[in-house]
Amino acid sequence: MQKRYVTIWFPYLKTDWVVLRNKTLAEKNFVLTVNDHGRKLITAVSPAAHRQGIYPGMVAADACALFRDLLIREDAPAEAAKLLSRLAEWCIRFTPSVTIDGQDGLLLDATGCTHLWGGEENYIDTLQQRLAGFGLHTRISMADTIGAAWALSRFTTTRSVLPGQQVETLLPLPPAALRLDTVVVERLEKLGLRSIGHFIHMPRSVLLRRFGKDCVQKIRFALGEEEEIHEPIHPLQLYQERLPCLEPIFTPAGIDIALRKLLGMLCDRLRSEGRGLRTAVFTGYRIDGKTVSITIGAGRALHNEIHLHKLFLLKFGAFEPGPGIELFTLDATKTDEITISQLQLWGAGAGLHNTALSELLDRMNNRFGEGHIHRYLPDEHHWPERSVKKSSSLLEKTATGWRPGRPRPLHLLPVPERIEVAAPIPDYPPMHFRHKGVLHKTMKADGPERIEQEWWLQTGLHRDYYCVEDETGNRFWLFRLGHYDEEQPPGWFLHGYFV
Amino acid sequence: MQVAQTDIIARLRKDILIREGLKINAAAALPDIGLGSMNQAFPDKTFPTGCIHECICDDRSGKTATAGFIAGIVSVLMKEGSVSVWIGPANTIFPPALAAFGIDPCKIVFVELHREKDRLWAMEEALACEGLSAVVGEIAQLDFTASRRLQLAVEKSHVTGFVIRQTERLQTTACVARWKIRSAGSSLPEGMPGLGFPRWQVDLLRIRNGRPGSWQFEWNRQHFMEQKPSSSAIYARKKIV
Repeated sequence: MQKRYVTIWFPYLKTDWVVLRNKTLAEKNFVLTVNDHGRKLITAVSPAAHRQGIYPGMVAADACALFRDLLIREDAPAEAAKLLSRLAEWCIRFTPSVTIDGQDGLLLDATGCTHLWGGEENYIDTLQQRLAGFGLHTRISMADTIGAAWALSRFTTTRSVLPGQQVETLLPLPPAALRLDTVVVERLEKLGLRSIGHFIHMPRSVLLRRFGKDCVQKIRFALGEEEEIHEPIHPLQLYQERLPCLEPIFTPAGIDIALRKLLGMLCDRLRSEGRGLRTAVFTGYRIDGKTVSITIGAGRALHNEIHLHKLFLLKFGAFEPGPGIELFTLDATKTDEITISQLQLWGAGAGLHNTALSELLDRMNNRFGEGHIHRYLPDEHHWPERSVKKSSSLLEKTATGWRPGRPRPLHLLPVPERIEVAAPIPDYPPMHFRHKGVLHKTMKADGPERIEQEWWLQTGLHRDYYCVEDETGNRFWLFRLGHYDEEQPPGWFLHGYFV
Repeated sequence: MQVAQTDIIARLRKDILIREGLKINAAAALPDIGLGSMNQAFPDKTFPTGCIHECICDDRSGKTATAGFIAGIVSVLMKEGSVSVWIGPANTIFPPALAAFGIDPCKIVFVELHREKDRLWAMEEALACEGLSAVVGEIAQLDFTASRRLQLAVEKSHVTGFVIRQTERLQTTACVARWKIRSAGSSLPEGMPGLGFPRWQVDLLRIRNGRPGSWQFEWNRQHFMEQKPSSSAIYARKKIV
């Protein structure tokens, strides 16, 4: 398919933005300045001031000397960038692929989009009118290549060239229209090559030798001999469904209908390809230029619209329609293949394959966030704290089994708590111990079980564990850190509770 | 004649129970949990499943003992290879110890939530999920409305729920049974060193359509074993709350 690109140039982006905030400045001569080495340097000029001959790069004092009624405002460079990215988001309604182009331009990949607006002329008209409605000056051009469209918008008033005719249009333009380096442009000027037509048909090897690789590449870009890579603000999703609306939608019921419709379309497509989605984003583009979105995740690949709809409903409160939403999109940002074995288990599975269980865990995960739900699997460590590992997958298995035979407490304290003991030497269980001010008298005891440090992970003293039962029948897991030592009494700790 | 009379009386008793609101789930005929003479205390002489049990405890030791006793019951409920959900704050259960109670620790899904409100929501959702065998939740404050919601969730799915409550304040709840489980001193043959089998002092404080009472059980390798309370086994028996 013949590619068609649209470039939008905002020649007065910064000043337009200032006028938007302060309507009294419209049609006034004013400039924006930044402080530079103790002088005020002009960075942007209003259209009226531009007509008077003031240009960016002048010193404000010089400009004031020329024109008395010139107004000076402080420049906020970050604001213009923010406005540009907001505009890029807004342009999503014209094409899914929008790229920010430099500091004052946007690039739209309009391939296959224009017929929705009734042709290229109408497409550009609508775009220009709506941007003018925001109070922005624009120069818009459409061409087969990014390079050609860029040149046309910056250097001509041509709005569109027919497919395949960009070369003729480019010929009379200055070399700078090819987005060349200033050094290269100056060198071309010096040699008398003042328009693109003067040198574009020269042998490429000559150009390469004299003006560098970049120059040749830019020519190839402009002529469409080489595809130029651009980075859209939203990478194109393989699985995306769009639902533009005739009227802005702001009722929950309307949004719900849109969601169901999109889910139906997406799930049908996933089903036909034997895939299921793991994460999905539902986005609404509001008429005031803002976007709202909600994200859900599923524990395993799914294409069951009823369950997915339930997951979205849990987060519905965060979806603010504001004055109305004119475009809904649903992206499957992560998809996985659904294997045949899973299809067989669908609906009727026991144990960990149970569909109802995985749906329940999805609901919990989406409400509380990741990291709250897990199973424990045995790990190959004998140090008690390391003997289990968490697994967030329902189907993960390990080669090692649980090691039975050793007494382990049902409640293991994450950090052992220090106790005071009276213990016969050298390695008998304590006669009694005091934990948090309560004295426990040992009635029965078992042990010791020595657990050595895993020296390849950490160094320190070994632990001698004792199971102890006190006079009320409660059982504890105590340990002594290291050997008995007369000079330095070893520390005793409580590490867990048995049944 | 005598036999016919007892039959009739048994049938009438069952009728009364059904009229009193007991739902007998014939499909889910359970293997005996092994609670011995305690079965007499339950309505219809079987451990009530598909309802909410409330277990209260005072401290960390009591909580562990309660969790152990519940683990013993859950191991029987999980016999068909199904899964259970354990909802609590972080680090309450050390999974390897569950193996001693006949549970495959991999078959328990742990949901760790710090806020009690979240735990209550998670428990209600989990109880409504068919295909689970049991849901255990550590929820200290459970008022009547919350317990009623849990009970309603369970009525459709027939999952058995256990609420472990470490609290002093006890309100009326809609739970079918209220338990208090504590550790009891183990006993060993005369002169033997070490520890005996874990033992519980189980008080059934309230049971709908049943008879409350007190029992002692021991976890003898893979099953419960009822113990006749002997004076030596109870060192300090406090008055039941």
